[in-house]
Amino acid sequence: MRGAITIVALLISGAGVLWAATDGLQVITAEGARRLAIEDKPKPLPAVLLTDQRGEAFRLQDFQGSNLLVEFIYTRCVTLCTSLGETFEEVARKLPDGTLGHQVHMVSISFDPRDHMDDLKEYGERFDAEPDHWRIARVENHDELKLLLNTFGITVIPDRWGNFEHNAAVHFVDRQGYLDKIIDHDPPSKTLETLWKRL
Amino acid sequence: MEAAMMLMRRVNLSYGQACLKTAIGISLITLLALPACRALLESSLINHMLVQIPLLALAGWMIGKGMFSSLFQEWNERGIPGLLIALFAMLFWMIPRWLDAALSEPLWEVMKFITVPLLIGIPLGISWPRMSPFSRAVVWANAISMLVVIGWLYVAAPVRVCNNYLVNQQEAFGYTAMMLALAIAAYWIGVVFFGKWDKAE
Repeated sequence: MRGAITIVALLISGAGVLWAATDGLQVITAEGARRLAIEDKPKPLPAVLLTDQRGEAFRLQDFQGSNLLVEFIYTRCVTLCTSLGETFEEVARKLPDGTLGHQVHMVSISFDPRDHMDDLKEYGERFDAEPDHWRIARVENHDELKLLLNTFGITVIPDRWGNFEHNAAVHFVDRQGYLDKIIDHDPPSKTLETLWKRL
Repeated sequence: MEAAMMLMRRVNLSYGQACLKTAIGISLITLLALPACRALLESSLINHMLVQIPLLALAGWMIGKGMFSSLFQEWNERGIPGLLIALFAMLFWMIPRWLDAALSEPLWEVMKFITVPLLIGIPLGISWPRMSPFSRAVVWANAISMLVVIGWLYVAAPVRVCNNYLVNQQEAFGYTAMMLALAIAAYWIGVVFFGKWDKAE
């Protein structure tokens, strides 16, 4: 009898721990946890100074009052970041005229210290980015870059061949300047759909 | 009187052994906690999952055999409750999110060093000798199939499950897990065909 009680008690508490550890079987990865945490509790962003492909300085706070889409890239990347760029390109193309630059702004932020203005410009041109609406930016200050990546929950690890592994996603910042949703960048229709509900 | 002396001597002897095992277990944990050792074993997914964590569990196993082998036994019928605790703790540390947390947050790293010996190694060390051969066989059979499934998942998964490790490491881990499953299976096939069987069992 005592054996049975012990086993049942252990089964219940073990299942409880695993339930809590996966937020109710919703997330098993840190990436999933990051997304869920942001939806539960939107985050304000640090006022970090960025420089875009024209060399113009700006902050993410400058876009308050408009929807802001943010993604993290490095321009030498030929895999993930290319598909991130393609997603923004498609969003820019499919949004109704006059929306982009007013109700919606986009920023691609490079985390690669090797990326300079020319690289950013070239990346923008590759995807037909209109610099007024879609900024390709870098963070000059190393500590500020770290702070920004931390706030967004981006983990970047360099590999042996001069590339980076990083978590890729589209980040939504609401009109009040809070990061409040993170979704997969693929397919782009998902980004458009989510954006649609916010216009 | 003489019988009592004999008993005392036996207890003493096993007491010495127990101390030795506990000491080995504790030194192993200390060794694994050294910064250089941690850096080496946490740099790759394979070393983290298949070397560091199993060694921490082994350290717990030694401590369990040394210190607690006679404790809790009225609550550990046939070793099943202890096995359950160890299984749940193993499942927890197999969730990619918490493995990531151990790498990015010091608190969870400390938790790993405490809970793996305490909740995996010690309960297993106490319970394994009390488990019936049938229960042990079930554990081995499940370990083989779980390793294959996990390994295959890691090889086939197109997404990176750990933010702290590269995808190619995930793949390497997958293949290693499957190789390990194969090795365990081969060992048991060897035992089945060529091992000595005690009729009494």
